[in-house]
Amino acid sequence: MDLFEYQARDLLASHGVPVLPGGVAETPEQAEAIAREIGGRVVVKAQVKTGGRGKAGGVKLADDPESTRARAQDILGLDIKGHITHRVLVAQASEIAEEYYFSYLLDRANRTFLAMASVEGGMEIEEIAVSKPEALARIPVDATVGVDTARATEIVDAAGFPAEVRDQVIAIAVQLWDVFSKEDATLVEVNPLAKTPDGTVLALDAKVTLDGNADFRHAETRAALEDAASANPLEAAAKEKGLNYVKLDGEVGIIGNGAGLVMSTLDVVAYAGEEFGGVRPANFLDIGGGASAQVMADGLHIILSDPGVKSVFVNVFGGITACDAVADGIVKALEILGDEATKPLVVRLDGNAVEEGRRILAEANHPLVTVVDTMDGAARRAAELAA
Amino acid sequence: MSIFLTENSKVIVQGMTGSEGRKHTQRMLASGTAVVGGVNPSKAGQSVDFDGATVPVFGSVAEAMKDTGADVSVVFVPPRFAKDAVLEAVDAELGMCVVITEGIPVHDSLYFWSHAQGGSTRLIGPNCPGLISPGRSNVGIIPATIAPNPGRIGLVSKSGTLTYQMMYELRDIGFTTSVGIGGDPVVGTSHIDCLQAFQDDPETEAIVMIGEIGGDAEERAAAFISDNVTKPVVGYVAGFTAPEGKTMGHAGAIVSGSSGTAQAKKEALEAAGVRVGKTPSETARLMREVVGG
Repeated sequence: MDLFEYQARDLLASHGVPVLPGGVAETPEQAEAIAREIGGRVVVKAQVKTGGRGKAGGVKLADDPESTRARAQDILGLDIKGHITHRVLVAQASEIAEEYYFSYLLDRANRTFLAMASVEGGMEIEEIAVSKPEALARIPVDATVGVDTARATEIVDAAGFPAEVRDQVIAIAVQLWDVFSKEDATLVEVNPLAKTPDGTVLALDAKVTLDGNADFRHAETRAALEDAASANPLEAAAKEKGLNYVKLDGEVGIIGNGAGLVMSTLDVVAYAGEEFGGVRPANFLDIGGGASAQVMADGLHIILSDPGVKSVFVNVFGGITACDAVADGIVKALEILGDEATKPLVVRLDGNAVEEGRRILAEANHPLVTVVDTMDGAARRAAELAA
Repeated sequence: MSIFLTENSKVIVQGMTGSEGRKHTQRMLASGTAVVGGVNPSKAGQSVDFDGATVPVFGSVAEAMKDTGADVSVVFVPPRFAKDAVLEAVDAELGMCVVITEGIPVHDSLYFWSHAQGGSTRLIGPNCPGLISPGRSNVGIIPATIAPNPGRIGLVSKSGTLTYQMMYELRDIGFTTSVGIGGDPVVGTSHIDCLQAFQDDPETEAIVMIGEIGGDAEERAAAFISDNVTKPVVGYVAGFTAPEGKTMGHAGAIVSGSSGTAQAKKEALEAAGVRVGKTPSETARLMREVVGG
């Protein structure tokens, strides 16, 4: 889960990382009140999970509470690359003397955590990595050891931080490791890490990505970080039912078992759809091993609620799952759904108890259901029905 | 021969007394695996009956090894206890630890992977279906009935169900070993480790490698194949239609910016001389052409 800037800022602050005074507002009135409390000049920043806010008019300076209110009015509701702004962060405006960069992340390729630091902050790190690779220190962090003051000193010195900020940055590096490890993050990136004219070092903007697998360790805090307002309504409904669903933009609804097989199903449908004017998959939905009637009904309900869907492809390989149970699930799910089921269903079953599964579907003889024996053939049929 | 797992492998189950552990222990025994014990500190000294087979429960991995000569463990414990279970197997210097558990925080899996470096334990997974050497041994949740007979193909895959699908399509030719390495961002045994082992295994004639979006494991495997693998390799990659920034079921299956795309993986594999199928069935056909089955 990616956090909003204001959430990342709060998380960093809770681990002692220095940040500027500020607060988050959902209305212009709230923004004005926050500006009044801070006093002086403030910056009003759109809270959206995408880059390029500044260019899109999502970051504005305001000299007093009244103009803060006006700037917040301008920014709230702004569409930035398809992300609607529901909140703004109002923070004290700071003069910046120097901009640095600091991050911890999961380095999948090398199976390690990685610290990256540079005294050339402010621009995208990908740019620094390309234009000035020698200016970016990359220091692996052993997951069994972590970052203490000594390790933080190595990182900070490798990046060549100036002497007058060295001790401050070392302390921040240890605090950021605290955020990274204790909050189960896969990314904590501060850019810029800024030095103000009086020599104080602060985290001015931060990106944090949290590992969803660790939600069980952070039950109290994580629920509040969910972004219900911007969630796709179908994805939100699926999540409530415990379904692993991702909304896409095509016409063929997909239900399958196992993440790899479902991903493959999407591809095979898109491939078959080329023949029918570019028909595409409408979603990813992995119903996992169980495939009970209720899970199948829940899955079909979500998919049939998507107005873009014109046909549905149920693709199940019975490994541990038995195809007769899946076939039963489909028949009962269609009974549960009743009149709601209006789109043709193409079903491909193979593997464990496939004969029995196909027999159950043949006997039920539901007018919406077509059984096709191969995955490629079924994908083609589903694409054809959606064309 | 087979890789990693043979008819002599003696297997203990960490989490055997839980519902998943019990169900799959039953299945492993039914497919001929030598399951010699389970581990659960609170049930040490008890035993569990599986249709005639009585499997003892030990208080620790070390005790189970001492009593049974076990050299492989399979982990079914829930995510919050998985790290300690794996560390225990590594510290006992078990030969191989196969982690089936899905949903382990990556800080935990990177911790136990780092801890295992320099040690003697091969880690497989987490979030994997395990591995099977048909006719010899089966550790994890791959249904042995899909392709029951030993054969000539080696398979390595990030995905469980695509492993099943591919084994089913090629069941008449059969497999030396099928390894599900798992769909998490950090896994113990990589595509490359399996490719090396299949290259060295005299009974494996050809290799099918199944990848998916996320990370650069397939690109690295492609470079390894160019330099080190002389046996024919057929490939499949899932996730061409996955949008950027969305996790597709597996924790590791995510395209980040322009990295980790299926297209890049396919191109890297083809540049290394690997024939890549557009669908699982086409991939199976390519394999058939290669081995003449």
